[in-house]
Amino acid sequence: MTDVLTQPRPIRLKGRSFLALALTPELPVQDWLVRLDDLAARSAGFFLRRPVVLDVDGLDIDRQELRDLVSELSNRNVRVMGIEGARTSQLGPDMPPAMTDGRPAADFEAPATDDTAVSKKAKSADPVEAGVVEPVAVPATVTPSLVVSRPVRSGQSIFFPEGDVTIIGSVASGAEVVAGGSIHVYGPLRGRAMAGTTGNASARIFCRKLEAELIAIDGFYKTADDMEDALRGKPAQIWLEGEKITAATLG
Amino acid sequence: MGKVIVVTSGKGGVGKTTSSAALGAALAQNGEKVVVVDFDVGLRNLDLVMGAERRVVYDLVNVIQGEAKLTQALIRDKRVETLYLLPASQTRDKDNLTPEGVEKVIAALKNAFDWVICDSPAGIERGATLAMRHADIAIVVTNPEVSSVRDSDRIIGLLDSKTLKAENGERVEKHLLLTRYDAVRAERGDMLKVDDVLEILSIPLLGIIPESMDVLRASNVGAPVTLADTRSAPALAYFEATRRLKGENLPITIPGDKRGFFGKIFGRKAA
Repeated sequence: MTDVLTQPRPIRLKGRSFLALALTPELPVQDWLVRLDDLAARSAGFFLRRPVVLDVDGLDIDRQELRDLVSELSNRNVRVMGIEGARTSQLGPDMPPAMTDGRPAADFEAPATDDTAVSKKAKSADPVEAGVVEPVAVPATVTPSLVVSRPVRSGQSIFFPEGDVTIIGSVASGAEVVAGGSIHVYGPLRGRAMAGTTGNASARIFCRKLEAELIAIDGFYKTADDMEDALRGKPAQIWLEGEKITAATLG
Repeated sequence: MGKVIVVTSGKGGVGKTTSSAALGAALAQNGEKVVVVDFDVGLRNLDLVMGAERRVVYDLVNVIQGEAKLTQALIRDKRVETLYLLPASQTRDKDNLTPEGVEKVIAALKNAFDWVICDSPAGIERGATLAMRHADIAIVVTNPEVSSVRDSDRIIGLLDSKTLKAENGERVEKHLLLTRYDAVRAERGDMLKVDDVLEILSIPLLGIIPESMDVLRASNVGAPVTLADTRSAPALAYFEATRRLKGENLPITIPGDKRGFFGKIFGRKAA
């Protein structure tokens, strides 16, 4: 029996970002590993279930040394998911993949300074207790937004996975707006608009004049060809109903 | 200190070189010192349009690489004595342009001339970005058709990000020059209308140059159209654009508009 594709449904392509812990080894590697061991001793399980990226930018080591370093880390239960800043010649098929375009985030809090580590050791030798993660105050959820107060020109790309994007002006043909939240365009939308890219199905797209080349919400997309002609050139909003992109005129 | 103008478009064949020569000649006829710089290294054309191809000895690349002095490379026009040309090299390619070299040449030209007009090559690569790098004013040459308009939009984006002014938090003054405009075809819907182009690009209009055989004729005799036939429709349109460039507030007339010829003038604000 053969499978018949009755309804061609596009494959969903979603963007997702994870916060990885970036380790920056220093030379000599042996000394650095000693310091890492010290950190791990103070906080057992610090590296557990945390994606770790090895940042070797500017580090003068060859392929074999890098491979040794990765296996040393793996012996310490530190699983490296990717290597940043390595030359192609330093990497091999048996090594973690190269990663690029990392964006800096706030530093991870290293578990306890030396002094407290000593006092903690004095108090209790139990590594589990030392490894208890301090509860972090969760801030009230604020949705960040980005306001662009000039036209987005052809070839330009506005990328804001953190939240909503508002554009005061037009989005030209060949321009692209990618938002984690909703997209508001106070002008003609002629380029591409992708809302809710981080898995937000309730995101919407609003524009003064709908002439978009492509619109997408949470991975579901529609090209200009698939859009209703009646909406062309009209003020419109676009949202997701189940798995269907729905649009209606505004005002 | 002179003003640096870049004539740019993204797309090729829209009339950058014709416009650079025509505007340069029009400005120089008022007695101001003008130099037109050909940045199209490898595919130079400006020397032909200005009728100076048989007098090229040194070029922009020679000056940048220190093989010639700037004064040796400058060619004075035979018809207008305040008009100069700095030709491009035909045998080299755009990799010979260095940011430092271009900066030095432009700085020297700014000191000696009232207007420095940089004729940009097509595209968005090295040649084009270096031509726009030091601009105070950008003239975006666009034909009334969709691909040209989109490429111009791309160029405007680059003018807002890749120029020295943009990097210093200032804005390059941008003007739209609509060329090869054919009123009959625009009326039939074969071409974009002026308002459509203005709505998409949203920068002030400097002028509308009609599609005309006079332009081709002028470049074949090696003269900017504003020198070859000063009474022709494109020449008049370039003269008007020049006056607007210098800050005059002239109403824009759409070429070929029959009613606009006698009496009813379309008052369209330039800015």
